[in-house]
Amino acid sequence: MLVNQFLLLGAFLFCTGVYGVLARRNAVMVLMSIELMLNAVNINLLTFGYLHNAVSGQVFALFIIAVAAAEVAVGLAIILLIYRNRASINVDELDLMRG
Amino acid sequence: MLENAYLVPLLPAISFVVILLFGKRVKGGSAVHWVGITAVGVSFVLSLVIAVQWISRTDDAASAADHGTEEVHVEDEGHSEETDTHEEGLGFGSSDLGSGTLLGAAEEDDHGSVVADPVIEQITWLQIGGVEHKAGTYVDGLSAILLVVVSTVALLVHIYSSEYVRGDRRYVHYYAFLSLFTASMLFFVLSSSILQMIVGWELVGVCSFALIGHWWEDGANSNAALKAFLTNRVGDIGLLIGMVTLFFATGTFDIFTINDMIAHGLVRHFLLVVAATCLVAAAMSKSGQFPLHTWLPDAMAGPTPVSALIHAATMVVAGVYMIARLYPVFYEGFAIKTSSINLLALVGGFTALMAAALAFVQWDIKKVLAYSTVSQLGYMVMALGVGAWTAAVFHLFTHALFKAGLFLGAGSVSHSAGHTFDIREMGGLKKHMPTTYRTFVICSLALAGIFPFAGFWSKDEILLGSLEGQQNGYPLMLIFGCAVAAMTAAYMTRVIWYTFHGEFRGELHHHGGGHDPVETHTEEHHAEPHESPKAITIPLIILAAGAVLAGLANLPGPVVEVFGADGFAHRLQTYAEPSNFLGPLGIIHPDPSLVMALVGLALAVGGAVVTYLFFWKNMGPHGLTERNVLARKGRTLLENKYYLDHLYENVIVAFVKWPLAKAAYWFNQNVLDKIVDTAGESARDGGQWVYTHIDQAVVDGAVNGAGTAAGASGEGLRVIQSGKVQGYGALLFGATAVLAIIFMIVI
Repeated sequence: MLVNQFLLLGAFLFCTGVYGVLARRNAVMVLMSIELMLNAVNINLLTFGYLHNAVSGQVFALFIIAVAAAEVAVGLAIILLIYRNRASINVDELDLMRG
Repeated sequence: MLENAYLVPLLPAISFVVILLFGKRVKGGSAVHWVGITAVGVSFVLSLVIAVQWISRTDDAASAADHGTEEVHVEDEGHSEETDTHEEGLGFGSSDLGSGTLLGAAEEDDHGSVVADPVIEQITWLQIGGVEHKAGTYVDGLSAILLVVVSTVALLVHIYSSEYVRGDRRYVHYYAFLSLFTASMLFFVLSSSILQMIVGWELVGVCSFALIGHWWEDGANSNAALKAFLTNRVGDIGLLIGMVTLFFATGTFDIFTINDMIAHGLVRHFLLVVAATCLVAAAMSKSGQFPLHTWLPDAMAGPTPVSALIHAATMVVAGVYMIARLYPVFYEGFAIKTSSINLLALVGGFTALMAAALAFVQWDIKKVLAYSTVSQLGYMVMALGVGAWTAAVFHLFTHALFKAGLFLGAGSVSHSAGHTFDIREMGGLKKHMPTTYRTFVICSLALAGIFPFAGFWSKDEILLGSLEGQQNGYPLMLIFGCAVAAMTAAYMTRVIWYTFHGEFRGELHHHGGGHDPVETHTEEHHAEPHESPKAITIPLIILAAGAVLAGLANLPGPVVEVFGADGFAHRLQTYAEPSNFLGPLGIIHPDPSLVMALVGLALAVGGAVVTYLFFWKNMGPHGLTERNVLARKGRTLLENKYYLDHLYENVIVAFVKWPLAKAAYWFNQNVLDKIVDTAGESARDGGQWVYTHIDQAVVDGAVNGAGTAAGASGEGLRVIQSGKVQGYGALLFGATAVLAIIFMIVI
């Protein structure tokens, strides 16, 4: 069983996601990067579920997919509203909370 | 009605609230007396219903028991049969009664006479420490007769007052308190627990205070009210201690249980002695017994109808009623059965004698009557002390009627003849006020104990009770009683002579000039004394009729046998005596004695005749007090009321006021204040040091330092908070990575 390969795939996807979240300026791209991180977690869950011969890993993965769909819906709605208000979705410009 | 007796005090209580809340809104406030009269009138009718129902209940119980014993005689079988039929009798008697009765209706006491059990209705009042305290109504012969007395006198006084205090500036207030008093007194009479009795006892005290001080603008009146209240507080301490002692002796506040337990000898004798002594102190203050009687004559500062209702007929008998209600306590506590002198009898007898002597030297007609009241209350207490329970209650009943009549008569005299109570300013009123004169004389005859008026029968029973006693006679009490009988007749004759005979000596005061602030309403100028209006004379006539007829309530057997009406003897004894606890005590009723009756009558007539000769025929040692040093000293002693007021005010109060207060002041100034001052100064110095050295330097320094540090670090950290989410994300992931690396290395 190629557990290592799957875990490496998960790690790669996660790093890609982190990079996307930190580096991209477009809010939609940030959101997509978060999806990448979530899927990396899913892969890890499935892998370890398979390794321990437990079905709960798949169940959690299914839950995460469902929750991620809801999250994307809410996130996109927020981004849409931000765009309507400010005519921009550049996250660098969203610094209203600066101390 | 026996189960719903609570209605009797409830109605005047409602009347009190209504008058208090709405009285002033009635135009001129003049119609409020109708509220009071209606409420008390209904209470009066209900009281009569209760009395009648109680009589029929007693008769039912008696006939049921007779039925039972007859069957026993006819069948004449074994002992078991007897008990069976007896129980049948019990069942029959109780079948028509409410669930509130504790036992069966009939119970045979040791003498074979049959009595009905009291009707007790109770609710749980409060619950403390798992003990339920009940409150409710206790209806038996004693409370029934008190209900009738209180509501009768209260009703007549309500009617009388509508004329007497008409136009008074606090008319509404007056009627409100009159109603409250009636309600409180009825509540007190119906108490089923001693806790409830204390409440009623204090309530009537408050009403008495408010009504004595009704015309408080005059300093003497408010002083009299305060004196009454404070003197009563002295006795109230006794009441509280006595009641609490009873509670710890019996474990309950319930009157029926207490009496029952004591009657069956389940309570330690020592505790009973303590309780009885304390309760006698309470009766001393409320019922004006020596040495706490001094408030009662001063209480005459109140309006005359109030004096009649509260300070003659009802409230002042509260002490007597309390003793009668808790009689086993005193009977066992003072060993009345076997002794031939005890505290209760001594206090009563001495009070009767002392107050009768004081009545001779008073010039205020109301004060004469007040001392007469003290004297007659002493008579009742003495009767209780010698074991003559029925005689005491009988005298309470007759005395309430004729003494209320006398007070209202005195009010009528004053109302129409110059608004004074000084008998030196009266005289010759007989021809001007025929109705008042006649009723006053009838009531005086009753008070003096002249045959066949009410007082004769009750006084005779008391003298007889003193003569026979229980196991031993009470010779000293008999001497006191006989002396008082003669003195009473004599001082009443004196009052009648000064008030109604001879020539009119007063001047008629006109508007605003009298001693009595009530006269603001008098419309017509009086050319001469005149008869009072009907609202005043009708109550007088009713009370005079009572003074004539009340003796019928308890005629001795031999008298009624002459008329062939055997069933009419000792009615009060049959119905009023709560024998279900007096029976086990073994109280003996003395046989009527013609000799005793004749002696009592002769003494009363003798006293009256001597005084008659002295005043009318101008015989005897006139001017003795001017010639004889001893007589003068005696008179001075009486006029100063045995210097009791001086003792209280100038010795006891003055001692408290002067040396004691002075010493306390010195101690306060030089010792206590010094300590306090020193402590205060050193505390101030210490505070100053703490302020400069600890508060300013250490505490404030720490606080300021913390503030500065927080400010500086905030300034530094502010840079990090860029507001850019990705910056936070970078920090988050960076920190996680660092922690992960440390984690890897450590593990």
